[in-house]
Amino acid sequence: MLTKMIPEIGHFALVIALLMAFFQAVMPLAGAATRRPLWMAFARPMAAGQFLFVVFAYLCLTASYMLDDFSVANVANNSNSMLPWYYKFSAVWGNHEGSVLLWSLMLAGWTFAVSRFSRNLPEDMVSRVLGVMGMVSTGFLLFVLVTSNPFARLLPSVPQDGADLNPLLQDFGLIIHPPMLYMGYVGFSVVFAFAIAALLGGRLDAAWTRWARPWTNIAWAFLTVGIALGSWWAYYELGWGGWWFWDPVENASLLPWLAGTALLHSLAVTEKRGSFKSWTVLLAILTFSLSLLGTFLVRSGVLTSVHAFANDPSRGLFILALLGITVGLSLLVFALRAPRVGHVVPFSWMSRDALLLINNILLVIVTVTVLLGTVYPLLLDALGLGKISVGPPYFNTLFVPLTVILCVFMGLGPSSRWKRMSARELFRRLSLAGLAALVIGILAPLVVGGEWNLWVSLGLVAALWIVLPMVRDLFDKIRQAGSPSAGLRRLSLAYWGMVLGHLGVAVTIIGVAVVSNYTVERNVRLAPGDSVEVAGYTFTMNDLRSRRGPNYLADTAFIEVSRDGSSRSFTMVPEKRLYIARGMPMTQVALRPGLFRDLYVAMGEDLGDGAWAMRIQFKPFVRWLWLGALLMAAGGILAVVDRRYRLKRQPQTSQQAPSTREVPA
Amino acid sequence: MKRRLLLLLPLAGFLLLSGFLYLGLSLDPFHRDSALLAREFPAFELSTLEDPEAVVDESLFQGEVTLVNVWGEWCPTCKQEMPQLLSLAERGVRLVGVDYKDTRAKGREFLEEFGNPFEVNIFDPEGDLGFELGVYGAPETFLVDSDGIIRYHHTGYIKPEDVEQTILPEVRKWQ
Repeated sequence: MLTKMIPEIGHFALVIALLMAFFQAVMPLAGAATRRPLWMAFARPMAAGQFLFVVFAYLCLTASYMLDDFSVANVANNSNSMLPWYYKFSAVWGNHEGSVLLWSLMLAGWTFAVSRFSRNLPEDMVSRVLGVMGMVSTGFLLFVLVTSNPFARLLPSVPQDGADLNPLLQDFGLIIHPPMLYMGYVGFSVVFAFAIAALLGGRLDAAWTRWARPWTNIAWAFLTVGIALGSWWAYYELGWGGWWFWDPVENASLLPWLAGTALLHSLAVTEKRGSFKSWTVLLAILTFSLSLLGTFLVRSGVLTSVHAFANDPSRGLFILALLGITVGLSLLVFALRAPRVGHVVPFSWMSRDALLLINNILLVIVTVTVLLGTVYPLLLDALGLGKISVGPPYFNTLFVPLTVILCVFMGLGPSSRWKRMSARELFRRLSLAGLAALVIGILAPLVVGGEWNLWVSLGLVAALWIVLPMVRDLFDKIRQAGSPSAGLRRLSLAYWGMVLGHLGVAVTIIGVAVVSNYTVERNVRLAPGDSVEVAGYTFTMNDLRSRRGPNYLADTAFIEVSRDGSSRSFTMVPEKRLYIARGMPMTQVALRPGLFRDLYVAMGEDLGDGAWAMRIQFKPFVRWLWLGALLMAAGGILAVVDRRYRLKRQPQTSQQAPSTREVPA
Repeated sequence: MKRRLLLLLPLAGFLLLSGFLYLGLSLDPFHRDSALLAREFPAFELSTLEDPEAVVDESLFQGEVTLVNVWGEWCPTCKQEMPQLLSLAERGVRLVGVDYKDTRAKGREFLEEFGNPFEVNIFDPEGDLGFELGVYGAPETFLVDSDGIIRYHHTGYIKPEDVEQTILPEVRKWQ
């Protein structure tokens, strides 16, 4: 009868994990403050124990799903005996309680990873970092246990079957999108903990940056992939072919990404030049705070969104308190301690330092813009000025020009030198690339698209302006080394990471510009035998059938598509499903993906007599959006495997005075 | 000193933002209510669960205070709510059900198994009426006065203690 007790065992494991998180927070922090090695020694074992018990609790919840234990409210509300096993597995995080548990699991995982890969860190540093992470973890585990217990039972009246997982979430993209996103959100807690530890310990040197950077890169890469997956999912699952809606929850994921991007660059300056220290610390706090804010916005239901799970004020209040304590305290620590770690390193306004500073300021402006647009309806409402919603017009009018300005500096950055360089030198390096970007960018839409469009040209110029100077820089570096092989060997992986990351941004920009302006969309009525032509393709409905899936009924259309003037054809199969348990209709889009264009067919309503409303779209370059994001993420990861992060660092002891010395990077 | 004040700036900004978030938190739960409260019950024309041929509309609510409960066979919480609804019906409250996103067979099965406190059940298989009412899920309950104006909105399950503490006082207030 042990299986009947699984939920209680899981609940109990969670309580133990909470206790361990609490000790992991209190003992090492107190130990570091009072220099007691024994207290500090709590950090690692508690981190390991906490991880173990959260994993165990998580497995218990998963087991309840797999075993169809509908006496567990969470399972009854989000699963169904007909649900395929892999969706039962992912349904665990397809709801509020489970997803907060996943959040805690990942936080425990990151904490454990830090405790394992911190052998070369001074003991007091490790204690403080793990202590801070333990505090965050304590807060979240308390939140789970107090307001969102995933193991709550529906006794005595146990439903015979569950209400089923929301059909929107029964999809591969949704299996992996939330975990990736959370890995990113939660991953930023590491750099946050490092920042607080640095403030508390008064140590913020190049070594500190080298410890913090790989964690930041990995978290950022996860978040990038997570956001891209979300956008990809919205594109094929929501059924209207959009890929970004400026929905509050999408913004909530974009905010930490933007701040995190600024942080990556600021960390680079701090490592190489020892400057911008206070700024880097502030960005680290800001990035994680925005992750928490995102969690608050999604969980509290203060903003209406398609993603909102639960509209429970007590949860909202709890997260707000959590947010207030975490962010408020860390900003207070920042205000009190930042002067001690601050250190001014002179640089000229014509230098990579200055360009990166501008990049940072721009990224922060973009972040604030998006943040304002997201919470503006809330502010107005709170001030009693009425209810409004801020939509794509606001975001597009501000985001697009700011991004273009950002691109101007992105093109300059990699070609510039640290500390100072002459304007003439920079011009010499960039003039040819700039001219080429301008000419190709303006002419390419004419040659390829046939129809000139200002926005496409702008996007292309911006993208080429990012890529071409980098290519030139690459050739320069190879030439200096003598032979290509010697030159390529000399380039560090971190450098390639930067190149890949920037290339990714360019690719995404091209995708956005082209798909936003050259998409062809037709809404048509199709009955078997009818055909229609869209963007040079002929779509013919051959057949219409009904079928039964594992937990849904479906109307399926078979549409033969051929390119004009070509004899080859293929079949696209869009579907309209009715999920039985929830009585919820869903559109299953038929996609013919390609590197340069997607064909997209979605079924609308049944118009009677076998005819259906069909939405047919031709979407050029849409894949580039996500391809770019993958390149960015790959760049972030590549930079982590750089040699300098793997070299055995000099042992540094906690007795050393706070140092601000330069370490040549 | 000036630098220190500057460093306090992020904290000040954050405190301001959290103030608004706090206000937002207390504002929002009433939002959905205020959108419907003191408004007429939305117009509709649907058949009943009992009889596919019979058509009912919003005139159903003229002349008597009515509790409108949105339910569905697929909703486990609705099953737990039924005893409370039955006890309300016993105390003379007029109840009308909305069988939301359901099939006729399943809906009828549900009432046979758990009892039927409803005078009549509006059959809403596509969720059209539910959409007009701004229903997020089931169960949700609306109190409509004798002029067909929505006066109270209860989101989620009516707990046993809610019957005496909230629902009955609200019903009496508008009778």
